Amino acid sequence: MSISSQPADDGRELIIHIQGRFDFSTHQAFRDAYQNVSVTPRRYVVDLKEATYLDSSALGMLLLLRDHAGGDDADIHLINCNADVRKILSISNFEQLFKID
Amino acid sequence: MPLRLTILIAEDNPADRMLLSTIVSREGHRVLTAANGIEAVSLFRQERPQLVLMDALMPVMDGFEAARQIKALAGDELVPIIFLTSLAENEALARCLEAGGDDFVAKPYNRIILAAKIGAMDRLRRLQATVRQQRDLISRQHQQLLREQEVAKAIFDKVAHAGCLDAPNIRYRQSPLALFNGDLLLAAQTPTGRMFVLLGDFTGHGLPAAIGAMPLAETFYGMAAKGYSSSDLLREMNAKLKRILPVGVFCCATLLDLSFDKRTVDVWSGGLPDGYLLCANGTRVPLKSRHLPLGVLEPEAFVARFEPHTLAEGDRVLLLSDGVVESCNAQNELFGEARLLAVIDANREPLRLLEEIVEALLAFHGQAQDDLSLVEIDVDGQPGPMPIQASYVGAVQPSPLDWSGSLLLRGETLRDYNPLPALLHLLLQVVELRRHAGRVFAVLAELYANALEHGVLGLDSALKVDADGFARYYRLREQRLSALRDGWIEIDLRVEPEDHGGCLRIGVRDSGAGFDIARALAEQPATGKLSGRGLALVRELSDGCAADADGRGVSVEFRWRREA
Repeated sequence: MSISSQPADDGRELIIHIQGRFDFSTHQAFRDAYQNVSVTPRRYVVDLKEATYLDSSALGMLLLLRDHAGGDDADIHLINCNADVRKILSISNFEQLFKID
Repeated sequence: MPLRLTILIAEDNPADRMLLSTIVSREGHRVLTAANGIEAVSLFRQERPQLVLMDALMPVMDGFEAARQIKALAGDELVPIIFLTSLAENEALARCLEAGGDDFVAKPYNRIILAAKIGAMDRLRRLQATVRQQRDLISRQHQQLLREQEVAKAIFDKVAHAGCLDAPNIRYRQSPLALFNGDLLLAAQTPTGRMFVLLGDFTGHGLPAAIGAMPLAETFYGMAAKGYSSSDLLREMNAKLKRILPVGVFCCATLLDLSFDKRTVDVWSGGLPDGYLLCANGTRVPLKSRHLPLGVLEPEAFVARFEPHTLAEGDRVLLLSDGVVESCNAQNELFGEARLLAVIDANREPLRLLEEIVEALLAFHGQAQDDLSLVEIDVDGQPGPMPIQASYVGAVQPSPLDWSGSLLLRGETLRDYNPLPALLHLLLQVVELRRHAGRVFAVLAELYANALEHGVLGLDSALKVDADGFARYYRLREQRLSALRDGWIEIDLRVEPEDHGGCLRIGVRDSGAGFDIARALAEQPATGKLSGRGLALVRELSDGCAADADGRGVSVEFRWRREA
């Protein structure tokens, strides 16, 4: 598992890459990925291309990111979700809170 | 410089023994000496030295055997044994280590090498002692955690005691400590004879996952007993969890609202895997999650919209936590939906379904899962009579036995206010009525629902001829309710003492066009029909029932005799 983030679009966007299992063990790394950055992005992109698994703690962490990014005003995209990840997101109806593509 | 140790020297040659003793005591250690293996073992027993220098070849008992016995006595404490040997062959040196030796020094003795080896062995010994201490600490703390969980579970079981999970129409399987994996299973009968079943799964594990279950259970049982509707209950549970849980912690849940006499189940599901309506005719209707979990949305954004389903004799509802389908085995394979459906399809004896699922999981994982919750409800096993709620027992205030009151609800109030819990609370002030709370409330709720749906909203129950019509009826109900501006419902309550007891009269009138209640009352509901049970129920549960001449109101009576 590893989590990294990189600013894009002149710092207006932050891309967070998730590799491997996205679960409670990645809690701190995921927070660091958006808290310890020098930019103040308006848009967050969570790239789940290399995420193999996602559990309910990960859903909770996504809600924390949403809160950090402004709650109902947050602009967060979850991209490159594989079928398993997409299923878990849709069981919890997270498409109501995040843009999933 | 190592700390002062007690070191046992076993050496049959007196000169060598003397030499070693001198070297070792000069290094600051306490010395014990033995001339053969037997003496060495017995000294070890008495004095428990921390390190042993052992000659390999000695009379009576040699060093190899003495080393084996000392290692056995030491148990899981590391007592390093350094063999003293003039043996040079590799094989002999290997034998020293096989017998439990940790190192060896060759004769003649070199003071510097010997001191260095003692130091190295002492470091190893202390490292092992630290590991052992930490292992014991972890094990003690784990034991304590398990004990604490048991106590917490016992407290939780008290909070959840009012539940009707033991009703004959409910079967469930839950791992003993599933609560500490965030799983929660609650069931309650309502005063109107409905049954609410909630399967919940909090995010995370351990105490944080379990702690939210307490307020949720209290809200669930409290509101169910007071006669709140399932949507009131759902809204309150969401609001409460949103208020108390930190962001990122929430509760995936499915709430069932079952009506046994109307043969319906209303389902709300947010975040749990599909449940199933298992029909007696073999079809399987998935109950899908259509909402965000509880505790995510602000109360204003939360929608308590249930999906209505009609039920036939022999139908069952099955709910499961994600510990079932999302569990992985040692090869990292998911149990998955396909395996679950295969077990359901292969089931021949309905009563054995849960057992078969648990067995399939056990076979798949090779061990019991600790985050497993499964519940199955039969829809035609009428649960027993509603138990008297503990909260109403034991009040000492005298009963008000001669009073009346009237409540007029108008326009918007009808749209989203439910007056029944407040009315029930008022009626239960009359101690004598408490024994009849279940039937009084069922009748009141039925009359109110009829007045609202058929009277004020003008809905025709003839719509409910089949499952589609049933769904259409509820869609229409929702539309008309949200557009409601005018209209009223009046509820009269009159309690009067009588010679040997008392009487409660309830009248419910509405602003609707009125209909032929007298005829409806006289009609027997056809079995299998989805409507028309309401009034029959009213007639059956009350001690007298009459319609107003204009068809816009119904009055019922309940009589009781004073207990001797």
